[in-house]
Amino acid sequence: MTDHLHGAKVYPTPPTTEERKILGHRAVRLEDPPLVTGRGRYAGDINFPRQMHMRIVRSAQAHGKIVSINTAAALAVPGVVAIWTNDDIKELGPVDFRADRAAEILKPYRQPVLAKGRVRYVGDPIAAVFAEDPYVAEDAAELVEVEIEELPVVIDCWAPTGEFEPGRTTEGALLKHSFGDIEGAFKKAHTIVELDLFTGRHSGVPMETRGAIGFYDKTKDILELHGAAKVPHRNRDTLVNMLGRAPKGMHVHESHVGGGFGIRGELYPEDVLVLVAAMRFDRPVKWIEDRREHLMCANQGREQRHKVRICADENGKILGIDDEIFHDQGAYVRTHGANVANRTLCMMTGGYDIPAYRGICHYRLTNKTPCATYRAPGRYESTFVRERLVDALADKMGLDRIEIRRRNLIHKDQMPYLIEFEEQGVEELLYDSGDYALLLDKSLAAFKWDETDAALKARRAKGEMVGIGIALFVEESGRGPSDGAKISVDVNGDVELVTGGASLGQGFETSMAQIAAEALGVDYQRITVIHGQTDRIAQGIGAHAARATVLTGSAVNETALKLRAKALEFGAELLQLPVADLDIVDGVIVKKGSPPGGPSLSLGDLAKKMAPGAKLLNGRDPHLFAEAWFNTDFTVFPYGVHLAQVRVDKETGQTKVERFLIGYDIGRAVNPMMVEGQLVGGCVQGIGGALFEEFAYSETGEPLAVTFVDYLLPTLGEVPKIDVLITEDAPSPMNPLGIKGAGEGGINGVGGAIASAIDDAIGKPGAVVQLPVSPQRMKALLA
Amino acid sequence: MSETVAITLKINGQKHAVSVEPRRTLVDVIRDDCGKTGTHIGCEHGVCGACTIIVDGEPMRSCLMFAVQADGCDIRTVEGLAKDGKLNPVQRAFMDNHGLQCGFCTPGFLMLATCTLERDPHIADEDLMEVISSNICRCTGYQGIVKAVRQAAAEMRGEAQEDRK
Repeated sequence: MTDHLHGAKVYPTPPTTEERKILGHRAVRLEDPPLVTGRGRYAGDINFPRQMHMRIVRSAQAHGKIVSINTAAALAVPGVVAIWTNDDIKELGPVDFRADRAAEILKPYRQPVLAKGRVRYVGDPIAAVFAEDPYVAEDAAELVEVEIEELPVVIDCWAPTGEFEPGRTTEGALLKHSFGDIEGAFKKAHTIVELDLFTGRHSGVPMETRGAIGFYDKTKDILELHGAAKVPHRNRDTLVNMLGRAPKGMHVHESHVGGGFGIRGELYPEDVLVLVAAMRFDRPVKWIEDRREHLMCANQGREQRHKVRICADENGKILGIDDEIFHDQGAYVRTHGANVANRTLCMMTGGYDIPAYRGICHYRLTNKTPCATYRAPGRYESTFVRERLVDALADKMGLDRIEIRRRNLIHKDQMPYLIEFEEQGVEELLYDSGDYALLLDKSLAAFKWDETDAALKARRAKGEMVGIGIALFVEESGRGPSDGAKISVDVNGDVELVTGGASLGQGFETSMAQIAAEALGVDYQRITVIHGQTDRIAQGIGAHAARATVLTGSAVNETALKLRAKALEFGAELLQLPVADLDIVDGVIVKKGSPPGGPSLSLGDLAKKMAPGAKLLNGRDPHLFAEAWFNTDFTVFPYGVHLAQVRVDKETGQTKVERFLIGYDIGRAVNPMMVEGQLVGGCVQGIGGALFEEFAYSETGEPLAVTFVDYLLPTLGEVPKIDVLITEDAPSPMNPLGIKGAGEGGINGVGGAIASAIDDAIGKPGAVVQLPVSPQRMKALLA
Repeated sequence: MSETVAITLKINGQKHAVSVEPRRTLVDVIRDDCGKTGTHIGCEHGVCGACTIIVDGEPMRSCLMFAVQADGCDIRTVEGLAKDGKLNPVQRAFMDNHGLQCGFCTPGFLMLATCTLERDPHIADEDLMEVISSNICRCTGYQGIVKAVRQAAAEMRGEAQEDRK
């Protein structure tokens, strides 16, 4: 086992909730009081004296050469200060992306801050108007005349490639992940099924649009970006490189964030513009995106085509999956490089023990809004494809959908389970722990699968189109490498916890406070959690890829334990008792088992006695303060089961989800209430992507969904009763708390499960090959 | 810039005398001119409901009204829900039931639910759900919101609360 774990530190099984005071319990959120009383501070609520307002002039064409930009009429509008085009920011490079394998070859496809010579999607920023008032900025932007000579567009990523620029096609990269003998697998197979599958283009669409405020403190030569989210430290580093500033002169600040879902908080052209303008004009510059802009310009995702086949032996044991993927990256390569395509490739086999796999991905640029990560990037897509394949295989072999899955699941005795890819530089996957069959059994029982199946048969016999469906998946979370935390207790006994994490509204403050409170022995409500402030801590991992709770949480745990040891060391001296006899309860050091009134010392009083110069210190550092780091080279892999029941309306083609169950193993939950919130919220987004939401484009690249009237977010009316079954059967051995991430387990399998249920409802196995299953597409399936 | 018009907005009982362009939306004036930033802007075309406030006793999308139309009206926003530091039943229920995550849509839901339940706490559950489905939340999947609104309704009807975890 040790060598399987590649020498990783393996942690013992952590305590259960019953053995803990606050960690693992449902606790009311620390975040809520300001948010229910209108005291939140989102990007739009941040204002500085003398601020200017920025408005972007965007391309109305999907592809073309910029012939001329005439700003004269716009500049004449009273209140307009300046208008910039690319000529005004020539020294700025394109918005950079994180390093990955494909980095070098994808660099030419990065997005300039303002279009340089060409526009490549409707919404591409061409010019920036700076004015005294946002209404005036918008008026003036309308008057900027842009002449564009249209060029041929590429809309479908599977269509023949076009020209990105002279000498460069729209195929940015050809990616490959494989293991085992795939040709041999198909040669010896008993049954082969081929499918042609499509996942629609959708995105996170948070309720708060993007916003950025640049502020330059010329006294200290510090440039500040406000309105940041998700990865403030990483964005700080990118900005330092792009703007050529010293790290000490560049700070990024997160305030309240109105939803993230992967798309918010990445570095966008507008973030760079407000900073450069704030310095150049020596005035604060504010930019708030409107909804139409958001739906044309913020990162989108998911759009892929899979020409895929699967093969199995006579018992239904899967022998191989062979996939050719066309991935739509949109007009430019943004901050994630080829990450989403790579996550699609590497997670394709999911929780099944499959001996051979080959995935080839055409990473294509098109003349549509650029793409990057949206909640469960690459996994929502790959789970849809894999689970469609397994359903189709079951149907062709005459096997039960559940039975075929049972025969192929990775067995708990195979854990940890290693997936190594043949391609050089492709990261291996090491599934850390899991009992997939157990979760399947528990979920089916909770859903009453067999009884439901029987009941729906009776309803179908009466003419209704109702059915149930299933999707199984493995998630990933808590990637390393490292995160740190600092905790201090002041003379009042109030605790400040400084992290490099970020909050997108998921309850980060509460979960971090619960972890620290448990380890330190204080009331979690007395802990103030700092996040997203690059001037408070040098490094931070942020909040992405369900990483915050696992990685930052582990760092907080280490730090709180270190501070606890320090408090007990000094407490033991002051109380003249051995450390082993002491405990910390509600912020007071007490003698274990002693009745009230026994020897005690509050942490606040101890902090007073540890002031600089105090005799007690005897050469040791002052203050009740600790800093610690958590390091790991490993990802943890939560897993889940999604079960859906749907009803299809023959007349309208509308699909109604009647019931949904999410079975999910979290290892250990920090706050089950918030885990449920994450899972249910993700699930409803998944329902949106499966049935309603789609960024459609015309043949000429005109976006057809630029309002909430066209891009349909689920309302309460579309949402069924969602049951959540959280299990803690497989705590991760990779971190001291045994936790796994919750952020993406609610959405991962929704597309797959609903497709499976629709097939069942309409009695046509394999019917659903494209998401979303809009009423129009459903009518076509029923025709 | 066109000429401005002098108006008075009465927000949560407090008078704000402001001079605004006729084209300015009510939500912009409430936020930028009166400094009440608890009311949020989600879509600016009346679909999402994040900007819902109460105008003369009616729930309103404040992005679809011009400020000049609200001259002299009695306006209530999220900042006015708590009295003397005490949360109203809807606010409390949202906290109790994890009815919010990022909190951006929350003021709109709070105003919509408060207005509906103050008017008729005996509203049929089906009708209450119909009203709540007019606003959009992207984080919670609505389950916590539904629980919260039902709890608040029960409390405002004066029913004992059994299940207040």
